[in-house]
Parts: sequence; structure tokens; C-alpha cells
Amino acid sequence: MSSSQLRISPRASRVGLLALGTLALSGCNLVVMNPAGDVAAQQGDLIIYATVLMLIVIVPVLVMTLFFAFKYRADNKEATYDPEWDHSVSLEIVVWSVPLAIIICLAGLTWVATHRLDPYRDLPRISATKPIDQNVSPLQVQVVALDWKWLFIYPEYNVATVNEMAVIVDRPVELKLTSSTVMNAFYVPDMVGMIYAMAGMETELNGVINSAGTYEGFASHYNGTGFSRMRFDVQALDEAGFEEWTAKVASAEQALDRRSFVELDQPSIDEDVRYYGSVQEGLWQRILNMCVGDDELCMNDMMMVDALGGGGIAGLYNRELYRGLCSADNPQGVFAILRPDLVDRAEEITAAMDLLPHETPQMSVPTEN
Amino acid sequence: MATQTETGAEHFADITNPVHWFWGKLNWDIFPFYDPLILGTFIVTIALGVGVVGWLTHKRLWGYLWTEWFTSVDHKKIGIMYMILATVMLIRGFSDAVLMRIHQALASAGILEFLPPYHYDQVFTAHGVIMIFFVAMPFITGFMNYVMPLQIGARDVAFPFLNNFSFWLTFAGVVLVMMSLFVGEFAATGWLAFPPLSGLEFSPGVGVDYYLWSLNIAGIGTTLSGINLIVTIVKMRAPGMNWMKLPIFTWSTLVTNILIVASFPVLTATLALLTADRYLGTHFFTNDMGGNAMMYVNLIWIWGHPEVYILILPIFGIFSEIVPTFSRKRLFGYTSMVYALCVITILSYLVWLHHFFTMGAGADVNSFFGITTMIISIPTGAKLFNWLFTMYKGRIQFELPMMWVIAFMITFTIGGMTGVLLAVPPADYVLHNSLFLVAHFHNVIIGGVVFGIFAGITYWWPKAFGFHLDKFWGTISFYGWVGGFWVAFMPLYILGLMGVTRRLSQFEDTSYALLFGIAAVGVAMIAIGVIAFIIQIVVSIRNREALACGGDPWNARTLEWSTSSPPPYYNFAHVPRVYALDAWDHMKANDAQVPKEGYVPIHMPKRTPSGLIIAGMMTVLGFAMVWHIWWLAALGFFGSIAYGIYHTFDYDRDFYLQPDEVRAIANGRRPVAPAE
Repeated sequence: MSSSQLRISPRASRVGLLALGTLALSGCNLVVMNPAGDVAAQQGDLIIYATVLMLIVIVPVLVMTLFFAFKYRADNKEATYDPEWDHSVSLEIVVWSVPLAIIICLAGLTWVATHRLDPYRDLPRISATKPIDQNVSPLQVQVVALDWKWLFIYPEYNVATVNEMAVIVDRPVELKLTSSTVMNAFYVPDMVGMIYAMAGMETELNGVINSAGTYEGFASHYNGTGFSRMRFDVQALDEAGFEEWTAKVASAEQALDRRSFVELDQPSIDEDVRYYGSVQEGLWQRILNMCVGDDELCMNDMMMVDALGGGGIAGLYNRELYRGLCSADNPQGVFAILRPDLVDRAEEITAAMDLLPHETPQMSVPTEN
Repeated sequence: MATQTETGAEHFADITNPVHWFWGKLNWDIFPFYDPLILGTFIVTIALGVGVVGWLTHKRLWGYLWTEWFTSVDHKKIGIMYMILATVMLIRGFSDAVLMRIHQALASAGILEFLPPYHYDQVFTAHGVIMIFFVAMPFITGFMNYVMPLQIGARDVAFPFLNNFSFWLTFAGVVLVMMSLFVGEFAATGWLAFPPLSGLEFSPGVGVDYYLWSLNIAGIGTTLSGINLIVTIVKMRAPGMNWMKLPIFTWSTLVTNILIVASFPVLTATLALLTADRYLGTHFFTNDMGGNAMMYVNLIWIWGHPEVYILILPIFGIFSEIVPTFSRKRLFGYTSMVYALCVITILSYLVWLHHFFTMGAGADVNSFFGITTMIISIPTGAKLFNWLFTMYKGRIQFELPMMWVIAFMITFTIGGMTGVLLAVPPADYVLHNSLFLVAHFHNVIIGGVVFGIFAGITYWWPKAFGFHLDKFWGTISFYGWVGGFWVAFMPLYILGLMGVTRRLSQFEDTSYALLFGIAAVGVAMIAIGVIAFIIQIVVSIRNREALACGGDPWNARTLEWSTSSPPPYYNFAHVPRVYALDAWDHMKANDAQVPKEGYVPIHMPKRTPSGLIIAGMMTVLGFAMVWHIWWLAALGFFGSIAYGIYHTFDYDRDFYLQPDEVRAIANGRRPVAPAE
């Protein structure tokens, strides 16, 4: 444990850190209490505020336990002994209301902090000393958990990486997360607290890193054999460094398209860092809707069909009948699943099909045959 | 890795093939004896098993065990069988813990990774499942079974046969879990088997099936036992014992069993849905076809959070009996203790989402569940204060049970504090799934439940067997456990703050090695505690003459101490009449004497092998379902139903104990339960 791992910020000394400070000094890198990102730091600080608040009642309990146990030991005949004393309204009021008062404070703190640090919420500040710049939009990163590696897509730069992520120092990051396998959790302790990534669903995480460096990220929800090795590095770079990095990634020959995603999706452990110089359009939506492979019906299409009453009896076999259909490639094919009486809702339906190309196709509903 | 369709075809063995038809998925490759660790364990287990069976046969004890124990419907004997089962499983679950601690200590130091992930993942899954379902649950069920009827002046539980049946169903679950160690594999999914990981696509093996059938069969037993104990408390209290004269342990038993009856069906239904996903091709929790794994996570925690309180509430009850007894004083604030129990019971249903704040619910939802969780700490805190004020102005005797109470109060308070920390959603975002969380729940489960179990064992052992437990070895066990706990789990709190996740078996960073090493030392200390506990029991049994005690060795306050130690199988020759809270203390204070005459016939249940036989068939059903041996499963299923029906036609299931007999036993003759 080298001293270079120690990062004692002014924040840490400000809040005192109590015993934890001594531990940090003794060589443990308490990243949760002392991270490089503002959101994670606020989350870590909450641990201290809540602990201090609770110590108001915890310390008396511990002291009373030891004191009473000592004072009223059987061989101390000096102490008062009152075997019938079993009730005291005033004491009861105290023992219920003191914890209640503390919990009221803690509940207020919880309500405010949970809303302020909601992972879905855009950051209100860069750091304690730095307000947000309204003209700078957050860096968009789309994150896919695979067995057992992480895929990062940078839609603004049209590049993607495996097991390596880069962000810009002091620029907010907006992560959209999904999984193409089991339930996962994405966690970069130095940036922001974790959130689950689940197949067919999109979660969101807003964070920021405030100082340059290389940080650790990993899967923090057990997900099978390769779990321990599902780790990656996060590089926090300055603007120039980031441009350089994206240029390096963009120069990679391989493109991330449906075919290469299906290959990547095969389970593997301890995968090397990999760069994709370009990303096929709409791939993220397909990953999210679990229809990257050739014979998979997009979930959003299936849900839309179901929401419109399904495909009648034939709809029971939706999966087999419409395997491989995607509204992005073949809107008419998806319309064909619909019942004929839905023709007057064509606009509403096409609006709901978010994989559709921009020029909305005319809906033609087949007649009964 | 096979695709879903391939695994599906492999999974459902071709029933037209006669070999598959007869043997299901069984074949010679399923025995994991290529692993020297498992082979060694297997040889030792077999040797121990042969030794025990040989010894029992040599001593001609099988008949005695069958008539006096296995087929007994006596709540006290069933309670003791639960305790023995739990102790044996504690050793199994603890061995898993030792393996994990040694592995993590060596792996984090870069010395050796002796468990491959496939094996390590099964070990931590088995550890969690066994410790919760087959250690903690049988221990508390054992206490409730043994003590509660005695406390309310009843002669047995309301449904004695059902009680025996419940025990054997729990045993069936144990058999399946233990079998998975040597025949096939166990789940490698974590103790709650979250899908999609536990679904067919990602876990095609039999491990999850063992998990499902074992827990479903044992869960039915727990539910039935819950119904039984509630009815017992509601209907069978001694005359005069109204609700506010109910001993506090019995109150905790009542609310616990209400929790069991209301929550275990949720577990059964959830596991049944997952079973349907794995066996019938449904899509409740799969990724595709409209399945929703988040639903499973919600459902399992709607059971799982009350389960935490099912474990701790009876333990609170045990402490509430021990503190007044050894402080020589009435319990402070009995009424508020009862209300605290009820409030905790209700609130425990309103907090389940705090187990997955990080799943992505909105801030309103997360704050709601965070705040409800914190509210539970109010009644819990009030209980702690009430125990403190019971000690206040008392005359505290530091017998072993009271030592455990003091250790509990200090340890549990810290565990409660870290629990409230985790209930603050933004703090949970950085601590969830970390070793901090692992340290927290071991802090409350070891510091609360396990310490409470040992307190209860040392407190009620003299009642059950008529002699004390050896204090020397008990003290060693106490310091081993308490010291070991702090040394083993404080490093995990720190590791959690260093961002180390739970369930890791491979490490790149050697800077964790020191703390994992300290934790391993801690588990060695706990091992001393476990071994000393076993020695304590052996030594005490050997010295039972010297340690012998009367009916009321602690000068205690509740009715179970008013009868002899051990109590006769009908508990009380005369049904006690209750005039006050702490009925026995009240009787002693008023010089009440146990009448020596006026015996009336006592109505008692007869022993029956039905519970064991039906549960045995259900074990066969579970095993056959795991291995897809459909004909055997059908045999087990219909066999158990048929035998259940047959049992209902057995009208010869009770008898009257005649006054002469009762008098003879009351005057010192050894009570022997009559044969069938």
C-alpha cells in the first residue's frame, strides 16, 4: 500500500472523518469516503452525517450498557435494588421520542439527499466550488453489460470500446445502461454510486470525475462465473487528452455492427480492451430491445403489438411468426401483425415505433384472407 | 456456452429413450469427485455416517430413536430435534465460511486460488442458504416449539402430528441440500437465486433445481409450523392468561409466526414461478418473452425482509426473558415491549425495497422505503432501552446467558447503526453489494440471532435436560464467538469502504490482503467458539450428575420453570392458573404449592410415523424432480398424497393418561411415553 494511493481531500479534513481518517492514514485507500468525483463524494459524506446523527443515541446506549452492567452487578450491594420497578411514563416517553427525533432529522436528510443525488437527475453542479456550465451538455455514454465484459458506446463520437472507458475531467457524464445478459450493476466508486443494468431495460446514471487519473470500475452485482474478472479502467482525461483518445479509438479498423456485437456477446472472461472505430446506427436501440440477432423480434415492436390488442389468435404464435422482424428494417412487416381495424390509428402507432427511420412509411393493413 | 435452444433440448431428457426414462439426467459424470476437496469431504462424511450408524446399531438405539424421537409428537422432543439439526447444519455452513475466508485471504495476497469460481460460487450460495434456512430457522423454530407451550401452561401444541410433519419437511430440505454436495452440484447464484441468472438459460444445471425443491419443501414445513404455533397461542393458554399476561417470549413467538404465515406463502409462490420457468417453459422471470426479473427481486424480498424479523423477533423474546431473570427484577416497560413487537411486525412489510435501491426506482420511491426502514429502528431502539432499564436498579448475575445479552447489546447496536446507514439511499448507492453490506448483516445476524441462540441454549438447557451446561467451556465459546466476530467483520466494513464487492474469488489488487488476513484470523477465533460449544455439550453430558439442577435453577419468572426439569411429556400434572404477568414468580411470591393430589386424566396425542413417511416421499419427489426422473416423481407425489389420506383414517391417535400414572410420575418414576 504505497502512499501514492492516499488521497486526502480538504473535504475529508473538513468533516473530520473521525476514526475513518486514522484508518485512511494507516494506508487503506477508502475510496468510498474519499472519491475523485463530486457525486460520489456527496454520497460518501452522507455516511458521515448519518453516522454522527446516530451516534447521539448509539453512544449513550453503549455507555449505559457497560455502566449498568458494572454498577448493578450482583456483588455490588451498595447499588439500589428495586425489583418491582418496571414502569416509568417519563422514561418511556424519552426512549420513544429521542430515537423518533433523530429519525425525523435523518428522514429529512434522506428525503433531500435522495432527491438531490437521484442518479437520473442532471447534475446541479460540477463540484462544491464549481457551478454547472449550462452550455456544456453532459458526455453521453451508452453502457452494455455482457458476459463478462463491459461495452461502452460513445454516440457523439460514433465509437465504442470494450473494458475501457474514458471521461473528461469536470464534464458531467450521462450514462445509459442496459444488459444483454443477466442482471448486473455498474460501479465506478470514484465517480458515482452504482446502478443496475438489466436486459430489456434502460437505467441512467449521472456523474462526474473531478481530477485526472485512472480509476477502477467493475460489476458490483454477482452475475456468474466471470464475475470477479469483470473489471475495467476509467480514464479521466482533459479535453485534449480525450480528443486524442477518441481519435485513437476511431482509428480502429473494426466496426461495431450487429454481426460483431453478436460475436462480442458470446461469454468470455478477462477480455482485453478492444476498440471499435465506428458504430452501426440504431445498434443501441436494438441492444436495448434485445433484437440484435437475426431471428429476434424487437421487444418494443412486440409490446406495441400487444398493447394494441395483440395479433388475435395468430398473435399467440407471435414469436415464431414474426421472428426476425424489426420495424426499423421492415415497417410493413410489423404493420402486418396488426389487426385490420387499427388502420385509423396509423399515426399514433408509427409515432410509437421508435426504431422507425425518419421518413414515416405509409401504413397498409392487409385485408382478411 | 450453449444457446438457449440447445440447452433446452439437453435439459429435457428424451423420455422415449428407456435409459433416460428410467434414470432421468442421472449418469456417472454427475459425481464431482474429480475435485480432491469434495472427494475428501465425501470420504470423511461417509466415514462419520458409517461410524454413527454403526454406533447406534451397536448400542441398539434404533428402536429407541424411532419410538422416542422420530415418531414422537411431543413438542419438546421435536424442539430438541430442530436444535440438533440446526447444530449439525451450523457446522456445515460454518465450514463453508471457513473455506471462503481462507480462499479470500490467500487469493487476495496472490498466493493461491484454490477454489475455481464455479466451486466458490456454490460455496457462498450454500453458506447463505444453509445458515438462513437450515441453521437460524431450525434454531428459532426449536426454541418456539420447546419453550412456548411450556410458557403458556399447555400440554402440547395445537396440532401435534403437524408439528412432527413440519420437522420432517425441514429435514427433507436439509437432505436435498446435503445431497447436492456429492450428487451433482448446488446453485451458483447467490442465496436468493436472482433470475435471469437462475433461469434455465444461464444456469442449465441441476444446482438451482436442488435449491428450488429443497426450499419449497422446507418452506411448506415452516408455514405449517407457523399455523400450528399461532393456533396454540390463541387457543391453548392456561386459564387466566389473558393477552397482557402473556410471557414476552410467547408474544414474540406469536408475532413471528404471524410473519411466517403471511410471508412464507410468498416465498413458496415465487419459487413456484421460477420452478415453472425452469420446468414448464414459462417466462415469468426470463429476459425475453415478456418476462420480468425485477418482479422476482421484489417478490423474494417481500418474503425476505419479514424473514429477517422472523429470525430476530424470537431472539428479542429470548433476551426479554433472560434480562429480568438475571437482573432479579421485573421486565421494564412490558406493555411498550409488546407494542414495539407489533409495530416491528407491521413495519417489516413496508421496507422490502431497501434491498435494491440501486435497481433504478425514482427518488420518491427510494426515500419512502429508506424512511420506513429508519422508522423500524425506533421500536427496536425502545426495546434496547427497556432492557437497559430492566438492568437499572437490578442485581445482575453474570451467568452465561447474561454475558451473551451484554455482548448482543453492544454488537447489535453497532449493526443497527450500519443498517440505518444503508437505509439512506444515496449512501446505499456506494455501499450496496459491498463487503460493508456483508459486514452489516453478519453484524446483526451473528451479533443478534446467533448470540441470542447461544443465550437461549444456555438458559433453557437445564430445563430441557435437568443439568447445567459447563461454564468453563461455555465461557471459552463465548469469547471465541464474540472476539472472533469483531476480528472477522470489522475488516470487512473497512474493505467495503475501500470499494470491495462481495462474492469475489479472484483479486488483482494485493492491497486488500492484510484486511482479508485479519478476517481469516477472526474466523479461526470463531472456530474456537464453535469447537468449544461442542466440547461444552460433551463435557456437560459427561458431568451431568455434578451439574444436575432442579426445576427452577435460575429462580426464573415464567411458567416453564414451574414444572420439573426435564418436564414430563404432559408438561404439567395440573394445568396452572394464571393471576399475574410472570406467573411463576407470582406463585413463588405467594407461596403457592404444587398440589400432590387431585389428579385428573390427561388427554394426550399418540406418536405416529406418518410425518416421517410423507416427508420421506416428498424428499423422493424433490430428488426425482431435480434429476427429471418423472416416474419416480409421480410416485413420490401421489404416494405422499395417498399416505396423507390414509393417515386421516387413523382414528386411534390419542389416549388418556390415568391419575395413578400421573401420581407415580409426580412421585419420581421415570415417565415413559406409552407405545402406539
